Amino acid sequence: MKKKVLTVDDSRTIRNMLLVTLTNAGFETVQAEDGIEGLEVLEESNPDVIVTDINMPRLDGFGFIEGVRQNERFRAIPILVLTTESDAEKKNRAREAGATGWIVKPFDPSKLIAAIERVTA
Amino acid sequence: MDMNEIKEIFFQECEEQLAELESGLLRINDGDSDPETVNAVFRAVHSIKGGAGAFGLDELVAFAHVFETTLDCVRSNKLQTSSDLLKVMLKSADVLADLTAASRDGGSIDKSRTSVLVKELEAFAKGTPLPVAAPAAEPAKQEAPAAAAPEPAEDSGFQPVPFSFDDFGDEDDAASPVEAGGGGRSVFTVRFKPRSDLYAKGNEAVLLLRDLAKVGDLQVRCETDTLPPIDQLDPEGAYFSWLIRVETDKDEDAIRHVFEFAEWDCMFEVTPGADEEAFAAQTVLGEDQPMAPVPFDLSMLDDEPAMPVAAAEPAVVVSMPAPAVAEPAANPAEDAPLAPPSLPRAEKAIAAEAEKKDATVAAVPAAPQTIRVDLDRVDRLINLVGELVINQAMLAQSVVENETGGSSAINLGLEELQQLTREIQDSVMAIRAQPVKPVFQRMGRIVREIADMTGKNVRLVTEGENTEVDKTVIDKLAEPLTHMIRNAVDHGLETPEKRLALGKNAEGVLRLTAKHRSGRIVIEIADDGAGINRERVRSKAIENGLIAPDSNLSDEEIDNLIFHPGFSTAEKLSDISGRGVGMDVVKRSIQQLGGRISITSKPGKGSVFTMSLPLTLAVLDGMVVTVANQTLVVPLTAIVETLQPEKKDIHAFGPTQRLIAIRDTFCPLIDVGHILNFRPDLANPIDGVALLVESEGGGQRALMVDAIQGQRQVVIKSLEANYTNVPGIAAATILGDGRVALILDVDAVVTASRGHALSSEMTLSATG
Amino acid sequence: MRVSDNDMCELIAFTIGDQEFCVEVMAVREIRGWTPATPLPHSPGYVRGVINLRGVVLPVMDMSLRLGMEPTDPSERHVIIVIQIGKQFVGLLVDSVSDILTVPATDIQPPPDVSKEMDRDFVQGIIPIEGRMVCLIQLNALFGSIESEAA
Repeated sequence: MKKKVLTVDDSRTIRNMLLVTLTNAGFETVQAEDGIEGLEVLEESNPDVIVTDINMPRLDGFGFIEGVRQNERFRAIPILVLTTESDAEKKNRAREAGATGWIVKPFDPSKLIAAIERVTA
Repeated sequence: MDMNEIKEIFFQECEEQLAELESGLLRINDGDSDPETVNAVFRAVHSIKGGAGAFGLDELVAFAHVFETTLDCVRSNKLQTSSDLLKVMLKSADVLADLTAASRDGGSIDKSRTSVLVKELEAFAKGTPLPVAAPAAEPAKQEAPAAAAPEPAEDSGFQPVPFSFDDFGDEDDAASPVEAGGGGRSVFTVRFKPRSDLYAKGNEAVLLLRDLAKVGDLQVRCETDTLPPIDQLDPEGAYFSWLIRVETDKDEDAIRHVFEFAEWDCMFEVTPGADEEAFAAQTVLGEDQPMAPVPFDLSMLDDEPAMPVAAAEPAVVVSMPAPAVAEPAANPAEDAPLAPPSLPRAEKAIAAEAEKKDATVAAVPAAPQTIRVDLDRVDRLINLVGELVINQAMLAQSVVENETGGSSAINLGLEELQQLTREIQDSVMAIRAQPVKPVFQRMGRIVREIADMTGKNVRLVTEGENTEVDKTVIDKLAEPLTHMIRNAVDHGLETPEKRLALGKNAEGVLRLTAKHRSGRIVIEIADDGAGINRERVRSKAIENGLIAPDSNLSDEEIDNLIFHPGFSTAEKLSDISGRGVGMDVVKRSIQQLGGRISITSKPGKGSVFTMSLPLTLAVLDGMVVTVANQTLVVPLTAIVETLQPEKKDIHAFGPTQRLIAIRDTFCPLIDVGHILNFRPDLANPIDGVALLVESEGGGQRALMVDAIQGQRQVVIKSLEANYTNVPGIAAATILGDGRVALILDVDAVVTASRGHALSSEMTLSATG
Repeated sequence: MRVSDNDMCELIAFTIGDQEFCVEVMAVREIRGWTPATPLPHSPGYVRGVINLRGVVLPVMDMSLRLGMEPTDPSERHVIIVIQIGKQFVGLLVDSVSDILTVPATDIQPPPDVSKEMDRDFVQGIIPIEGRMVCLIQLNALFGSIESEAA
């Protein structure tokens, strides 16, 4: 069965790139534009792994991750943070919120896939 | 979808982000202190950077990065906003827009301007009292924070990684960016003890081990010493640790990289060489159950092919249950410590199964609120609707002509058809309607640039930027608007010193307003500058032979002389509003859109340019008239009133001119049939009808036509498409009888008639 | 036919007065009867005006006048040949369409070197057909000159 990835990013460009990359790599992909929508789509789509941006309107990546972890159903789901922020502070905050790992934008397709495979069984 | 399409999306998105960026900065400039505004501004730059990186647009990335860094300081309150800072940021937004445009369309940009701004931005970012202000102010700073474990090189900087879907390398490559130096195999000892946090964040020890097995051959031993008795066991605790011998041709970094995500939530240690002693020690699970050595079989974990593991080393102990203990949802009472490793996933699978129905529906992301449609398709639709309107009119006419009109059913049907046609037309037109916002936003930059060049202090205030108008109108609006704004700042506003001396605020205000008025869009550009220097305009006009030295002109007429061809008030030709373009060109381009422009001015208080444009270039409301046996359409918006001239109202004025007395004023008569060359002689005004029209700058004129047929909406058809521009004619249309009727260009006709009066060279053909 | 298609020209021939002319069939979009045109002010005399061709505003040229002959007094029997060049359409008012010709390209002779300017500008060549003479019209010349005269 195909693994399902939920991507949360406010950039249409990045969403499309993720969609193409993930589809090419054989993943099923569901998408959301910000943290709020991410939490909604999460409930409906039951993904195997989440890839999320940090800087987003309405609810940012930190808030989104916390929201996911508070949900009994998804507290153990792997969450990869997709962000250009590479400084320790941002990573730290993402991790404190419950992120599993991170991918630095601009992402390289093979590294994205490798990271997803690293955190999914 | 391919890369080019995504790139197209990227540039579209950039446009939106740039607009967002500018409007946000302007709001902050106006005192908006909502943190969300700063966040939105930050996100805009951030998004552009992110996308640009993926396409390898290095220059764009580099600049966006510096900009973003400074914005981040503002966002995190490390840097206070000031008007100086905002000036630099607004300029930076302009440069970002330039860089984006250059990336899309090619071409170069002013590098010196960019580098000056980079320095200014960096200075702002660094110049803050807090030492943490600019974590990445220098793009050159690539090394990872000292406290963190080594990171792969691509993880720490902002070098763009050009994105390509052909990039899928093999996984080993991805997992091990650093090759071992010598090429020989080396041995490392890894100690790994997860804390419960590791599991809480969705990491799993077993997956890390699987990944590690991709680096080299493993001997793994699970240490279970700390496992408490069952009754004391915390189901979400982490009790196991691992001792791993890795034999690999890669280096230590490759091993660390595997634990990249986990390093903060575990005790983790890599030491070169094998720790045979540690491996030799026997480990006991529970009280008296020595575990038999079990080969570490990855196929037990998932359906991927088994990785090469240390099957050849029977001494190695692998404890399968270990990760399961730590799995948060494992039930310790029944299963611990021998629960299958991925119980929660199994549960989830069941849950997924149960929700399959919902999931299949929900898998589709929320439907977007808008769709993008090729403009050609919309235009095709608009053309078809135009045909429909004409056909409906023709049908109506033939019903009248054939006197089938006696049947009320036909009449009723026809009326309904007319109603529906009109509604379809309105709806289709609405598809093309767009807010003027993007054009208005572009003006902000024009103002900043010209303010910079002239040393003036200008604040642009925009109102009604959500006013909608047809896209074609919007596209053609930018140029005349730009010119008028340049003119207003350059000629209208005084220098700050002069303003202060006059008791005005040093900062001039330029107000750009859009609103709908009687089926047209009205755009005003108002400045609070000096107003028009009528004395100078007048003497200049006399000098240029535009008016007679003794002519008696109203203030309004003088003001509007600036739209006359060849008129330029600028004493020296500045490179700003100069450029060889005068206000007459602005007027011409607005007229070509079926629009009008005028100016009102109060000395010392400022000037207001007002232009009114049709909401669409596809239809217009017209008065259908007869002139010399031809049917013409006069745009209704140009007509002030219609009147039946009486003999006593007509007065000869010189050899050919005639004036008509309207109430207390005398208004020049223009014989449309004559001026269009439809007849050689002037018609007798009392045999016809006068249309009183208001034209820009020309005051009122009476257009003589033979008869009025009625009013109706007509579909505008270009004459240029198959022919060429015809002097005095704005466009053509097709009437109910299927014949082509010409739409009169009222302003051109008035200009031509005035040309006769003002200068002998100004004939109608010269305007064409 | 023994000559290959490549060397053949397909032409539509029409008459103006007692002379015969032709244009390449590829440029002809349709042929329709005369309908009264709406005159355009300040346009050259040979531009009869514009007509409605299914929603397209089509300028119509009086070919007789254009070629330096008498103006046409159009009736219902006259025809308009609708020509397309590039993206533009134009109607040519002629007396009647007389023939569809397929002639070898080699039959087209260069126009004789006469002094009248018309020949140089508008006549691409002349074709002898069974004792008749048919002038091949250079369509680009017709279009180009509208632009420059009216501009």
